[in-house]
Amino acid sequence: MAGIVGYGAHLPRHRIKVEEIAKVWGADAPSYKKGLMLREKSVPPPDMDTITLSVEAAKNALRRSGGVDPKDIGAIYIGSESHPYAVKPSGTTVAEALGATPDIHCADFEFACKAGSEAMFVALSHVDAKAMPYALAIAADTSQGAPSDALEFSAAAGAAAFIMGSKNLIADCLFTHSYMTDMPDFWRREHQFYPQHGGRFTGEEAYFAHTKGATSAILKKAGMKPSDFAYAIFHQPNGKFPQRVALEQGFTQEQIDPGWLAPTLGNTYSGASPVGLSATLDVAKPGDMILMCSYGSGAGSDAFVWKVTDRIDEVRDLAVRTKKLLEENVIYVDYGTYAKYRHKIKKNA
Amino acid sequence: MTMFSSKNWREYPHRYRLEASKFKKSGKTYFPKRQIDPVTGDTEQEMVILPETGKVVTYTVIQIAPPQWGDQSPYALAIVELTDGTRLMAQMTDCDTTKVKIGMEVRIEFRKVQAEADHGVISYGYKFVPKWY
Repeated sequence: MAGIVGYGAHLPRHRIKVEEIAKVWGADAPSYKKGLMLREKSVPPPDMDTITLSVEAAKNALRRSGGVDPKDIGAIYIGSESHPYAVKPSGTTVAEALGATPDIHCADFEFACKAGSEAMFVALSHVDAKAMPYALAIAADTSQGAPSDALEFSAAAGAAAFIMGSKNLIADCLFTHSYMTDMPDFWRREHQFYPQHGGRFTGEEAYFAHTKGATSAILKKAGMKPSDFAYAIFHQPNGKFPQRVALEQGFTQEQIDPGWLAPTLGNTYSGASPVGLSATLDVAKPGDMILMCSYGSGAGSDAFVWKVTDRIDEVRDLAVRTKKLLEENVIYVDYGTYAKYRHKIKKNA
Repeated sequence: MTMFSSKNWREYPHRYRLEASKFKKSGKTYFPKRQIDPVTGDTEQEMVILPETGKVVTYTVIQIAPPQWGDQSPYALAIVELTDGTRLMAQMTDCDTTKVKIGMEVRIEFRKVQAEADHGVISYGYKFVPKWY
């Protein structure tokens, strides 16, 4: 099967702590930190959006690709719920910036937090069908949570990019499985600025039912059990959900640790499990098996079984590691700066 | 505002991809691209992509910004010499203006440069960020 030829991530340097948001709204920071298992989240500055994050993540993927010519990329798919334009594609700007135009197919995907894995799924399929030598899938978001809503503590920004191909692989995609139902757990209607959600209804019947449905189906398809994997990454709307879904299915904390970024990154929506996969590949060894399972409200999960190849040792340090972007040289902002950066303050035009 | 969107479109090669002209006779690189080498009159050239790192040659800090950058002030504008010797000017971002120094190492990142309010075209391009990895 097709697989990953190059991968990379990009994250903002800015962060806001849970305490800083809680004090504005009179919320109890310790109980939010415990309830969400989240200490801080990334904040995109005013000159960063889904397109700029996508370009930088894609450049890191090209650096690790062993010299893939952007002109040989047959498709660029960007999954996001925060495309900068309502009408005008993100993909063409990214393709132009990478030098991949004009003989290319671009599409912007949307499916709440699952749009990124959807882009990966379609990119892999094109390569498997031998329709093109390479397809680039990008998962990126600069997500918004309504002021004082629980989502405001977690809605964050980040991106990961994967060049899919059939030779010179870093990770071979052995199996995929997708699991979807119609689930009204989280939505944003046209022209609304902030999304809405069903509170506790986003848990058992939504996140857990779909991630568990996809995981058990792909394990059965692959004839594998949790202990066969070196690592696992689940969608991370907060720190707690991915940990719980992993442990309840028989995975261990050690298996999720490298890709469990939400406690200090927040929920990067479409970027969440793909950025987790990027961080996991950064530490994976040849032969390691990795399970990745996304979740997008509405709702569905895409699951992938990856097998890491020998090439990982040659390429992992050809671009910056994801954990370095997450942990080093961060800039903390106060709520006022965050509100300005995220356009939460009404001004005269 | 179609004038802005067409001007923006014409600048993609250098703003998006750092494309420059390297002339055969003098070996000099010009950014943005030129048709003729202004010193030798040479027209024979090849397109080169500029390197993405360099050092600050000089800078100024903008305290009172034009309206489209008002929310970002204060910010620094720097002239940077890239590792191939080419010099270009751009905004510094992700950077406290009191920490900018001549000689500091920077990296080019793709960022939003400006936009026509909330309704118009968004212009993207290169900016400098402190090089920390």
